[in-house]
Amino acid sequence: MAGLSRVVEHRAVQYRRTFRSSVFTSFLSPVLFLTAMGLGLGGYVDASGDAVLGGLSYLEFLAPGLLAATVMQSAAFEATFPIIGGLNWQRTFHAMYATPLSPSDIALGNLVWMAIRMAMIASVFSAVIIVLGAAHSPLVVLGIPVAVLTGMAFAAPITAFSATQRTPNRFNVIFRFGITPLFLFSGTFFPIESLPDVLQPIAWLSPLWHGVDLTRGLVLGTVGQQPAQMVAHVVVLVAIVVVSTWATVRMIERRLIRG
Amino acid sequence: MPGSPESSLIHARGLTKRFGSFTAVDGVDFDVAPGEAFGFLGPNGAGKTSTMRMIGCVSPVTDGTLTVRGLDPRTDGPEIRARLGVVPQQDTLDTELTVRENLVLYGRYFGLPRAECGRRADELLGFAQLTERQNDEVEPLSGGMKRRLTIARALINQPDLLLLDEPTTGLDPQARHLLWDRLYRLKQRGVTLVLTTHYMDEAEQLCDRLVVMDKAKIVAEGSPRQLIDRYSTREVTELRFGPGVQERLDGQLDGLADRIEHLADRVLLYADDGEAVAVAAHERGLNPETVLVRRSTLEDVFLRLTGRSLVE
Amino acid sequence: MTLPLRVAPPLMFGSLRAFRLIERNLYVYRHGWIVIVSGFFEPLFYLLSIGFGLGQLVGTVPGPGGTEIPYQLFIAPALLASSSMNGAVTEATLNFFFKLKYQKTFESILSTPLSTADIALGELGWALIRGALYTGGFLVVMVALGLGVSAWLLLTLPAALLISFAFGAVGMAATSFMRTWQDFDLIQLVVLPMFLFSGTFYPLDAYPEPVRLLVQLTPLYHGVDLVRSLAVGVVGPSTVVHAAYLTVMGVLGLLIVSRRLDKLLLR
Repeated sequence: MAGLSRVVEHRAVQYRRTFRSSVFTSFLSPVLFLTAMGLGLGGYVDASGDAVLGGLSYLEFLAPGLLAATVMQSAAFEATFPIIGGLNWQRTFHAMYATPLSPSDIALGNLVWMAIRMAMIASVFSAVIIVLGAAHSPLVVLGIPVAVLTGMAFAAPITAFSATQRTPNRFNVIFRFGITPLFLFSGTFFPIESLPDVLQPIAWLSPLWHGVDLTRGLVLGTVGQQPAQMVAHVVVLVAIVVVSTWATVRMIERRLIRG
Repeated sequence: MPGSPESSLIHARGLTKRFGSFTAVDGVDFDVAPGEAFGFLGPNGAGKTSTMRMIGCVSPVTDGTLTVRGLDPRTDGPEIRARLGVVPQQDTLDTELTVRENLVLYGRYFGLPRAECGRRADELLGFAQLTERQNDEVEPLSGGMKRRLTIARALINQPDLLLLDEPTTGLDPQARHLLWDRLYRLKQRGVTLVLTTHYMDEAEQLCDRLVVMDKAKIVAEGSPRQLIDRYSTREVTELRFGPGVQERLDGQLDGLADRIEHLADRVLLYADDGEAVAVAAHERGLNPETVLVRRSTLEDVFLRLTGRSLVE
Repeated sequence: MTLPLRVAPPLMFGSLRAFRLIERNLYVYRHGWIVIVSGFFEPLFYLLSIGFGLGQLVGTVPGPGGTEIPYQLFIAPALLASSSMNGAVTEATLNFFFKLKYQKTFESILSTPLSTADIALGELGWALIRGALYTGGFLVVMVALGLGVSAWLLLTLPAALLISFAFGAVGMAATSFMRTWQDFDLIQLVVLPMFLFSGTFYPLDAYPEPVRLLVQLTPLYHGVDLVRSLAVGVVGPSTVVHAAYLTVMGVLGLLIVSRRLDKLLLR
């Protein structure tokens, strides 16, 4: 535990140096996205008078989904470049391994740090949702841990994958064919009921959809309407995080031993 | 000094390079004859690289005259570079390409036909002993291999003038000797070599003639032998004393040698017969911890000229 | 300092040697073709999600000339324009910076007969070739999805290249002033708001007058409106204005980057 916190501390000190630049990518840009799509384009959605959103304004529909999706994007970034950097470029993880820190300290410390980063982003974004009047329930506060859980369901498996890579070449594929389609088709921007019937079951395979649906239930206070589905979301996300955390520890250990 | 823009391959008079108020090269004169191996010797920051970059037409001359093969770098850059091979101080290999592609593509930059580039690349891979690694990426190569690849790349246009900026800095002794051998072969083929170095042994091995640079100026010029004859004695006796002893010698060594240098860790006595100096020192009752008698090197020349050793 | 002596040839915009740089990029991407191919899918995913998924909820919006058009037809040209911008900006900023500062690719190239102007032109040419591939693919998809409503659509190809040219040149010029990777957040700070607010996702009518005038000054607005008016087939004097804006921007960028490369590389 003590070793793990040293690793978190290391990442936090690193982060202090790049904080300025992360303000834009992690805090400002999701808010801009919400403004453009929720308010700008939302005006045209609301004017069309479509009933698919069940009486919600588009902003109210979009905001919780974008909360989960934003955290996912940040998770994917944090789980790729900093990990390959620590293992291959700056080799800071190897330096840590030369001290009493264990591979699991290094793996878990990094995952904990990612969770902290995501909690920061989710908090800022939730505050914006509240300010814009798009939150319907005090449960919005629980939206933050759920968004982090969603993010971890991406951060942990991607970290395990990154630990096996020596160049960033394949990250591009993850982002283009994994993260971007999930971002666009997991019920963030439109209800999955609008997808063609054959594609709807596929949404169930998307961890992001579980996160979006759950976050939306909390922010809008509708979580009690389909309790079984909500519990299923939590189970799926937790299962992914547990299994892939184990994988992350194994992969980092393997890389550190191999050098 | 002999030499003219017509007879010299490189001709410089009052050559100057300034960056703002900082003068990197301060009015130097030199000539390089076709076929010779010419060296710039000096510590880091002496102005060697700036001079090389001006010759390579990638750094505008601030003042003075510089001609390369009778052409002016200011106006004939592409034409000069077309016949030039450049080995920069740090390898600038294209890490996005394989070993062989680095050679082929570089040839393409010179406008060579693709088939010809391939033919020359294969030949140079052999020359650089990299044939087995030809389809590998550049990054995992060892320092010595990368250096050889950089040299091979510089030869793709079959230059008659090769500029080498510290060709063996950072290499292990084995890699250095292999490189020296390759450079010697090029010289045998009539390629003019111009190189910078801060290694004495490298200058002595490779250069027919060299200039010693210090603080942006040329302080001496000649063959390694001439420089040693002119600025040093035949032999040097190095005496190393125990801690604190050297400071308390106060003139006890006076008259033992033609010249005496006190370095931080040892005393150098310059004389034609080093053994005799060692014996004389012993007779004066001095008991150095170690005594080393050796032949003079360019290091001694540099020390004499500047009062400092070359590699600090 | 004395006269700014140019070591590069006096040709302002380089020579045919610039093609060698394009050849280099072809070699590089022989190993990484998936990166090229993947770039095509990003705007396609957006078109399917925002255009067709979200578009169902939007219905129609006022297009060029004020006539109501289906949202898919509204968004598709905008995605084409903004992906041309994004592609060119990525190539001209991150990739260009890597080659300029880290790999020192250009330094070794300058030891050959190539000049800095050749480098600027060659890199930009490569960005345009990539852009043309994506645009061509995207246009085929548009037609297949029933969004080819006007013969003017063919002209969106050169229009998209013009956008790549303008943003590529200015992107390289901006990159030549960058010191560290952190500075690229500034570029994102300009590019993302433009992508979101330049009439890409919804008509400018949504804005109050002052904001609309401000948006109309941005280069992406001109790009989006140019491509959209061609795709919808409502072509007028404003089309020419858009094209002229982007041309001037690109030429200025190219002039600056050529100067800056001389300064950075020929010291």
